[in-house]
Amino acid sequence: MNAHIEATEHPQHHIVPVRVYLVVFFLLMLGTALTVAAAFQDLDVRVGGLTIPLNTPIAMAIAGGKAILVVLYFMHVKYSQRLVWVWIIGGLIWLGIMIAVTYADYWSRNW
Amino acid sequence: LSEQSPTSTALAHQFDDLHQQKEASTLGMWLFLVTEIMFFGGMFTGYVVYRNKYYDAFVAGSHANDIVWGATNTVVLIWSSLTMALAVHAAQLGKRKALVICLALTILFGSVFLGIKGIEYHHKFVENHVPGPSFEFHSEPGKPAVNPANVQLFYSFYFAMTGMHAVHMVVGIGILSLLVWMAWRNRFSPEYYAPVEMTGLYWHFVDVVWIFLFALLYLIGRHG
Repeated sequence: MNAHIEATEHPQHHIVPVRVYLVVFFLLMLGTALTVAAAFQDLDVRVGGLTIPLNTPIAMAIAGGKAILVVLYFMHVKYSQRLVWVWIIGGLIWLGIMIAVTYADYWSRNW
Repeated sequence: LSEQSPTSTALAHQFDDLHQQKEASTLGMWLFLVTEIMFFGGMFTGYVVYRNKYYDAFVAGSHANDIVWGATNTVVLIWSSLTMALAVHAAQLGKRKALVICLALTILFGSVFLGIKGIEYHHKFVENHVPGPSFEFHSEPGKPAVNPANVQLFYSFYFAMTGMHAVHMVVGIGILSLLVWMAWRNRFSPEYYAPVEMTGLYWHFVDVVWIFLFALLYLIGRHG
């Protein structure tokens, strides 16, 4: 909140404190260590006869979390105008459509 | 020309003020980065489709990648993102010396990344894991046998995706070199540092792409 008020008062140069960059850097390193460690564990969940593979979703979730940290803090999107948010979310929606529709096509070919 | 102070030339005449000018640069840069999301997104889409079609072959292929080099490069790139962020910070405060040092460090980490990538590519050539007529792949003993043609497809994605990523790194290092020269010549000020900030956006974006490449090309199916 405080940061938002600062950003409004001095919009042309909101200066992110170095301490924030260092915390984000530490979290990114932690995420990297975590994702490598998780990759060697069998994280499949077995419910009855059904196996739910969780390794890939967990790896992608950690990667997504790291990406969000980089985008929000290193790329200053947290302090940017809302129009930047709209463009990024718009881009991600189109990426989602591309993957979902392409995959739906290949997946349903044998039906 | 170099006698002019940066402040007097900071505001281009088509903008009302520095704030509007900065918002325009930021939006323009993000428009470009959204096209980059779609560019890399096309390769990610292809990867997702074929990974699910030839799951075992993609697992075998990513097993043959060296996770130590991959993780090291991830760490190197996170360091480079930190120094890039600190470069923007130095530019905002008008600290010329710190700006030059941080930009130079970013170039250094970027070069280390490319060097490690070169070592990995060399291993692929030695092991005949480069797609083409000489491609060979032998399934690991004790693992399900996989069709080498499908592993070759994995390596086509590997080289296309890491190759395009490396091209972006080379471009980034070129732009950073120009920025070092400009910063050295005192071309930036707390009022005008848009080139540093926009290059930062580009550099961090390339870092984000690598975060996903590392997960998809090195980590997948590592267990068991």
